[in-house]
Amino acid sequence: MLNYTLRRLLMVIPTLLILVIFAFYLMRLAPGGPFTSERPLPPAVMANVLERYGMDEPLHVQLWTYIKNIICCFDFGPSFAQKDRTVNDVITQGFPVTLTYGFWSAVFVLALGVPLGIIAALRHNGFWDYTMTGLAIFSQIFPNFVLAPLLVLLFTLSWGLLPGGGWNGGQWQYIVMPAIALGTSYMASVARLTRGSMLEVLGSPYIRTARAKGLPERTIILRHALKPALLPTLTYMGPVFVYMITGSVFVDVFFSTGGIGQDFIDGAYSRDYSILLGLAILYAVLTFALTLAVDLLYAWIDPKVRAGLS
Amino acid sequence: MLSVENLHIRFRTGDGLVHAVNDVSFSVDAGSRLAVVGESGSGKSQIALAIMGLLAKNAEVEGRIMWDGQDLLGTSNREMNRIRAREIGIIFQDPMSSLNPYMTIERQLTEIVEHHEGMSRRAARARALEVMDAVRIPDAKARLRAYPHEFSGGMRQRIVIAMALMCQPKLILADEPTTALDVTVQAQIMQLLQDVQSDLGTSVVLITHDLGVVAGFCEDVLVLYGGRVMETAKTMALFDQPGHPYTRGLLRAVPNIEDPSDALTAIPGSPPNQHRFPVACPFAPRCADVVDICRETLPQLRDGRACLRPIEELT
Repeated sequence: MLNYTLRRLLMVIPTLLILVIFAFYLMRLAPGGPFTSERPLPPAVMANVLERYGMDEPLHVQLWTYIKNIICCFDFGPSFAQKDRTVNDVITQGFPVTLTYGFWSAVFVLALGVPLGIIAALRHNGFWDYTMTGLAIFSQIFPNFVLAPLLVLLFTLSWGLLPGGGWNGGQWQYIVMPAIALGTSYMASVARLTRGSMLEVLGSPYIRTARAKGLPERTIILRHALKPALLPTLTYMGPVFVYMITGSVFVDVFFSTGGIGQDFIDGAYSRDYSILLGLAILYAVLTFALTLAVDLLYAWIDPKVRAGLS
Repeated sequence: MLSVENLHIRFRTGDGLVHAVNDVSFSVDAGSRLAVVGESGSGKSQIALAIMGLLAKNAEVEGRIMWDGQDLLGTSNREMNRIRAREIGIIFQDPMSSLNPYMTIERQLTEIVEHHEGMSRRAARARALEVMDAVRIPDAKARLRAYPHEFSGGMRQRIVIAMALMCQPKLILADEPTTALDVTVQAQIMQLLQDVQSDLGTSVVLITHDLGVVAGFCEDVLVLYGGRVMETAKTMALFDQPGHPYTRGLLRAVPNIEDPSDALTAIPGSPPNQHRFPVACPFAPRCADVVDICRETLPQLRDGRACLRPIEELT
């Protein structure tokens, strides 16, 4: 198991390298650049600016410098568009924000979605099943740009319970609505996924065996059915969790949280190469970490997978 | 001890009712061994599930299943949980899928006695070891921590049998315990069942489609066809002089070891459509001895056979 984990971690290095090279050249292929504007800069100024950011060098030299700086000093370079900030600044300021509300959003998704799915499965074709399924479909088709204003309308404008935006160092009042707005549709998916897999597990021969043992229903669900029923949800949550903790552009903009979702979009509009590359690397590393975590959890649950790993 | 009286099981399905079991009665005495024989779809497994109270939700049941003076069909699920495993154990057909792949063998065995007998984890483990020895699983102590996929099919079936033995129930329902196994392993498992049965004095209802398996083990046989009892007899008598054309067909379909050149004879046709409640002998369309009356009258079980023709006239 340890061996496997180490192997997977080692794989990260070449994969990241390929990603960086690929993304670097791809971005440069796109027309425009960080310093193009409606009124072109005088050639002399342009040359100065390019030299200042090392962009007068050939592409492969720029790439090499970029990689060297990351390896030696963990320096992802200056932002091209935001004059006084480095990429490191942007990430260290913005990422904790999205990490916080994304994490709580994931907690909301699991804490609500999984029990709802289980209850629906246990009341299969009953009142609660239809209610849950209806609710789930409703929240899945309810886009967050409708949900977020609705939340603000109720919790801020009508009842005055929660602040309508901002971050304020991440106090809980500021986390609630971004987390719900971000998570609701995923919560619905998780509920439906859990319901489906729980139904399948409950129909399996080994659950019939458990019933034939005369165990109480509670024990059958919790001890025999829960783990296998959670496997699909686990697979689903890996990439979704990455998406959540890296934030959603909409949530960042609507609630003015100052998360990196906003930075990513700004970076794309202004061709802020270093920001885009830095965030791409962050996404990649998180994706690696989460898929590894999911695989290890899988191995923890399923002894057959565990046997395959060692 | 167990007496099944006029049991009917019907399933509500998308295309109407399916009459799976019709008017089946039998009884099992303490320490006795009964075989329920029939081909796939004859309703034999459903009878076992009905006794355990584990029928699918779309089943309708009628009749009585008396167990120590109590009608199990009228018993709540909670009450049934005190009977399941503790008084009546069941061995399911497919050991590959009837063990929980995510739990150790130890947990799957110990939880039974922990729940029913309030044993501590340690006492339960000791019991599990004892039972694993009884079903002859080698190196039981080391294998307690293993998962089902680490065992062969035969070993898994031993574990399933061990599960049924944990509480030393008075009755074991063995639903095709050897069907999923290799022939050599089949013989071992049957031997094991026999030893366990005689050691513990447990009653056994053996559900099978294989008359060969029945011969050495059961005293009584119940032959089912289309969910109805065709014949019921002492095993020896049944093999000597089968009283129903269907039984005769089944016996001809058992390979004869003494004379391998003896051709196997299959029963022509396929099992009956059970969407309608039969008005004539359900076996008539496939029967070698069929006469006109068989297609008009539903034979009742008389003197252990449900056949309209006298026994002397059968081929």
